[in-house]
Amino acid sequence: MGNKNKISLLIFALIIFTLPAILQNNYHLMVLNVAALNIMVVIGLNLLMGYAGQISLGHAAFFGLGAYLSAIFTATCGFPLWPAMIMAMVIAGIVAYTIGIPTLKLEGHYLVMATLGFNIIIYIVMVQFDAVTGGPSGFAGIPRLRLGDFTFQSDRQIYYLFWALSIAVLFFSMNLTHSRVGRAMAALSHNEIAAGCAGIDTDGYKVKIFVISGVLASLAGSLYAHYITFISPGTFGFFYSIQVVTMVLVGGMASLWGSVFGAILLTLLPEVLHAVQEYNVLIYGLILMAVLVFFPRGLFPGIAGVFAKRRTAVPPDSREQLALEKRVWCRK
Amino acid sequence: MVQEVTFQGNQKILETREVTLRFGGLEALNGLSFSVTPHQIVSIIGPNGAGKTTLLNAITGVYSPHCGEIFFHGTPISRLKPFQIAALGINRTFQQAQLFSNMSVLQNVMVGMHPKTRAGFLSGALHPPGERREEKKIRERAESLLEFFGLVPKADWTPGHLSIAEQKRLEISRAMASEPELLLLDEPVAGLNIRETEALGDLIIRLKERGQTIILVEHNMHLVMGISDWLIVLHHGSKIGEGRPEEMQKDSQVVEAYLGR
Repeated sequence: MGNKNKISLLIFALIIFTLPAILQNNYHLMVLNVAALNIMVVIGLNLLMGYAGQISLGHAAFFGLGAYLSAIFTATCGFPLWPAMIMAMVIAGIVAYTIGIPTLKLEGHYLVMATLGFNIIIYIVMVQFDAVTGGPSGFAGIPRLRLGDFTFQSDRQIYYLFWALSIAVLFFSMNLTHSRVGRAMAALSHNEIAAGCAGIDTDGYKVKIFVISGVLASLAGSLYAHYITFISPGTFGFFYSIQVVTMVLVGGMASLWGSVFGAILLTLLPEVLHAVQEYNVLIYGLILMAVLVFFPRGLFPGIAGVFAKRRTAVPPDSREQLALEKRVWCRK
Repeated sequence: MVQEVTFQGNQKILETREVTLRFGGLEALNGLSFSVTPHQIVSIIGPNGAGKTTLLNAITGVYSPHCGEIFFHGTPISRLKPFQIAALGINRTFQQAQLFSNMSVLQNVMVGMHPKTRAGFLSGALHPPGERREEKKIRERAESLLEFFGLVPKADWTPGHLSIAEQKRLEISRAMASEPELLLLDEPVAGLNIRETEALGDLIIRLKERGQTIILVEHNMHLVMGISDWLIVLHHGSKIGEGRPEEMQKDSQVVEAYLGR
């Protein structure tokens, strides 16, 4: 990644880690903690949507898989915390692989249907298999996150852990998009036949990206379960899947900063809109519509484009060129 | 079997045997057999719809022939996928340049080096020293290719803002980035003016002088006659003649297919 991205990442990390000094309200911290988890899910999903050109409507299921498996392994089976989370990630990865292999080999958007079905199945299992999952009333008594002898009790402690992890995910994903693999993903999202003829295993890459995004969602789910210590099926329904897809779209496809932006914005927005009470759903919807109408490529690339145009006084015909070059830069 | 031995002796780089490919009832390729010797420019000509592009698609694995087999250095490749064929050493350009417009010109060439490089997901995410060295190598080689094809000043542009001639050159440099043994060019000068056509013809000859084997599909007879070592004439998916360019110009069947009786 370029120096600009490194500096942006550093500034972002500085802002994030000084924020708790200003924020005294635990509730604010809790919302930001959830935003950090959403960033992990949304970055994984954006790798799939923006780079592999595939949509998953089942990421809530992977999120839920991580949460429930982690809860079952620790609270029911008594496994240690971090190995349990890693086991959950491995299982989520295997599940993603089994869904991805048959569906991603087919041309077209079969993954959407498969993941949608998968989400519904997982939801039904969570509700019906109450001997293990606790059924509709949920799963309580999940152990808190621990690192050695240190237990993460307060929202403030969790804040540092979650944001460190989600910034790490952002950092590694940025590295990835600037590597040989990143170029291959960008190529296959743009033109599969040309990518194939250039020697890129398009099917293989799609499956691998899907597995990675499933594993990231599972990690976020496990962290969520150990943070809230109580989970119930409602959190992992189809609505959350739609929500994370919306975060990717609003932030901007194939833009990792866009994912960060989209995840934070759409996590905070409903909280802010509590102020307008019963109109909050209406205004939430209007904001989404406005974003997609005025910034069809997503909020982040859109705003970056506007600033790029303002800052440089160039003849009109080269302006478009410049905006396009910026667009390329944004993906770097 | 005796014939097999002579094939080995002649070192065929590519050979098709009785390749047939149908689209519904239409036989796009009809029992097509020919072979290509190394370090030559073999041109495939024929009227529109003769099956020239279909043939390139069959060789690169975009389509799979229904009957027959394609051999690359004696290995059957007709059931392989495009990326596997590219890894073996066949690369191509398209009739209409298929560039990645979401990347810079330089990155387009860097993508081309995919089959010759290794870094996977883990090293991509962690950037260990080995990956950095490889990345540096990729960049340097891509830059030297851009130099050869005269695209250095446009390295940071997006492909969409290049002229057609530059796009064609970029696509060839992307294909060359994988150091293919066999380069397939699908109408490289279509849409170019006379001066650009000549320049690209010179580039193709320079590639050949460096030992590149090339299959050229082209309608521009002036270019084809000027640079080809061997001509293969297709008509309705069948081969109606092959030989050296000057022989083919005299062949009555070939002239008839092109000009009508």
